[in-house]
Amino acid sequence: MNFNRRAMLKLTLLAAAGLARRRPLFAALASAVPSDVLKPGAALKAGRWAMVIDLRKCRESKDCHDACVHACHLEHNVPDIANPRHEVKWIWRERGAHLFPDQLDEFRGAALADQPMPALCNHCANPPCTRVCPTGATFKRPDGIVVMDPHRCIGCRFCMAACPYGSRSFNWEDPRPSLKNVNPDYPTRGKGVVEKCSFCDERLAQGRMPACVEACTCGAMAFGDLRDEQSPVVKLLRENYSIRRKPELGTQPAVYYLVSK
Amino acid sequence: MIERAFIGRGRYQLWLAGWLIPVGVGLACYLFQYSHGLGITGMGRDVIWGFYIAQFTFLVGVAASAVMVVAPFYLHDCREFARIVILGEFLAVTAVIMCVLHIFVDLGQPSRVLNVLLHPSPGSVMFWDMIVLTGYLGLNLVIGWTTLDCERNASRPPRWIKPLIFLSIPWAVAIHTVTAFLYSGLPGRHLWLTAVVAPRFLATAFASGPALLVLLCLLLKWAVGFDAGNAGLRRLSITIVYAVLANLFFIFVECFTAFYSGVPSHRHDLQYLFWGLDGHAAMVPWMWLSLLMAVASLPILLSSIRRGNQRLLALACGLVFFSTWIDKGLGFIAGGLAVSPMGTVASYAPTVPELLISLGIYAVGVLLLTLFYKIVLSVRAETESP
Repeated sequence: MNFNRRAMLKLTLLAAAGLARRRPLFAALASAVPSDVLKPGAALKAGRWAMVIDLRKCRESKDCHDACVHACHLEHNVPDIANPRHEVKWIWRERGAHLFPDQLDEFRGAALADQPMPALCNHCANPPCTRVCPTGATFKRPDGIVVMDPHRCIGCRFCMAACPYGSRSFNWEDPRPSLKNVNPDYPTRGKGVVEKCSFCDERLAQGRMPACVEACTCGAMAFGDLRDEQSPVVKLLRENYSIRRKPELGTQPAVYYLVSK
Repeated sequence: MIERAFIGRGRYQLWLAGWLIPVGVGLACYLFQYSHGLGITGMGRDVIWGFYIAQFTFLVGVAASAVMVVAPFYLHDCREFARIVILGEFLAVTAVIMCVLHIFVDLGQPSRVLNVLLHPSPGSVMFWDMIVLTGYLGLNLVIGWTTLDCERNASRPPRWIKPLIFLSIPWAVAIHTVTAFLYSGLPGRHLWLTAVVAPRFLATAFASGPALLVLLCLLLKWAVGFDAGNAGLRRLSITIVYAVLANLFFIFVECFTAFYSGVPSHRHDLQYLFWGLDGHAAMVPWMWLSLLMAVASLPILLSSIRRGNQRLLALACGLVFFSTWIDKGLGFIAGGLAVSPMGTVASYAPTVPELLISLGIYAVGVLLLTLFYKIVLSVRAETESP
């Protein structure tokens, strides 16, 4: 190509003109994006997200039909697999004796031991699962949420060996045939990767509360910022006695269970 | 030199072809697993690792054990091992390759395995395990090949090989220590959450690897008339017996801590392995058989007269090898995962395709080892012929 000085100058001028027009150009692009996708400022933010589950209220809601579980699993395309060895669960009901082994006595604790209560990822302050991941596919965000990138996961299951709560699930088979209804707004996963509760990071980004908290019919679940004195979780934790799962392991779970005043 | 691996009589060619069959069967089973997912194995929500990871753990030990001939030969000038040391190095190379293959078939997304390099995570023990294993593979391959080539040319080994040999000695200890740290750094897995895992791994490694090496030397003697030398085998059997004793001592120490302290979580996994827990007792006969075989090897290995008898020595080494294989290749993983995070007991049994995939990998190992040893033996025959 014949590139002389004159052509070069022309090009430079054109490029400068383009740069000058940058702002309006971007504004035009931004306005083309549907307003419900980008809502700067609307996202819920926290220093450290946490959940408080009031077992006294949860106990009274025998007829809620596990609304929290169904809402979460429908929203996040969690498959319903019959084989218990291949189950995938983000949140589920588990007997108190299983959630708090060696922690409940045979007197007042006996009722709690039999009570089915929600179990989910604890979003630990000191998560062993993220520490062991060889690819950084699972990591803790600055706001305390432990998230999972299924596209980077190689399926080694080291995180599952490290999690002392059994909160992680592996796709032992292709989960898609086991999905009855697919929510098109949330990705499905393939076989061979690990997945788990994400504290609904995608809903928080849109300014909405987690699906389970929203679905709970008896107000047993509270969600908020542990660093904010005004947040409902801090108020509940200041006024009530709470327990956490396996505190002796030093993982510092962000899911608290209220047992009494 | 490599061409010597494929030149042989009909019997040798038949041996190679025969081992290709299980390799093919394993590959077919792996393709089945690749298309259906790891659900075709006996693993599941609670027992998330199974036969593959157990074989990986066992084989890291076999690989590490090369140091038990390399260190005495190169550091202490122990000439009895002159004809064995190269066999140990190539056994290590083969074992590491089998380790890597067992990890590979255990991955849910094998096509993404290079993510470990693309996103290096120094906080993960698995990242370091990859580094030490590939390093050890390279070291032994280079050392074995170079020293053999020099032997063939009747030349002195190059000066740069010496530092590599010395490096390979602590490196051998490192591969099994790092592998132990994969397990002993996990909170809430109580069979593994103990400082004795790494020392016990080394003890079982230094028992099983040399035992296999003795068996291989005897096999070479009986099958193709290659004599590795009685003195070397006897010396190796002393290493084996002290490693077996150390391992039995570590098991005793572990049991004392768990049962005398009475902490339920520490007790449960050992209870599952040796007595059964909540009606789950599949591992009990295996674990007692393992202990029995280890103890039964002692009267042979401790007596210098009996270990001088090659048939008895072969028997003792067989006992030690299978004892440690049960201990690490079956019990360690199943026991560590038997009690789920919910406190319930989960049993695990490998499926047929799972076993066939693993068998296929072992067959790859047999083939590789055959090729390596064929090269070694051809070079030896050439240099030793008048």
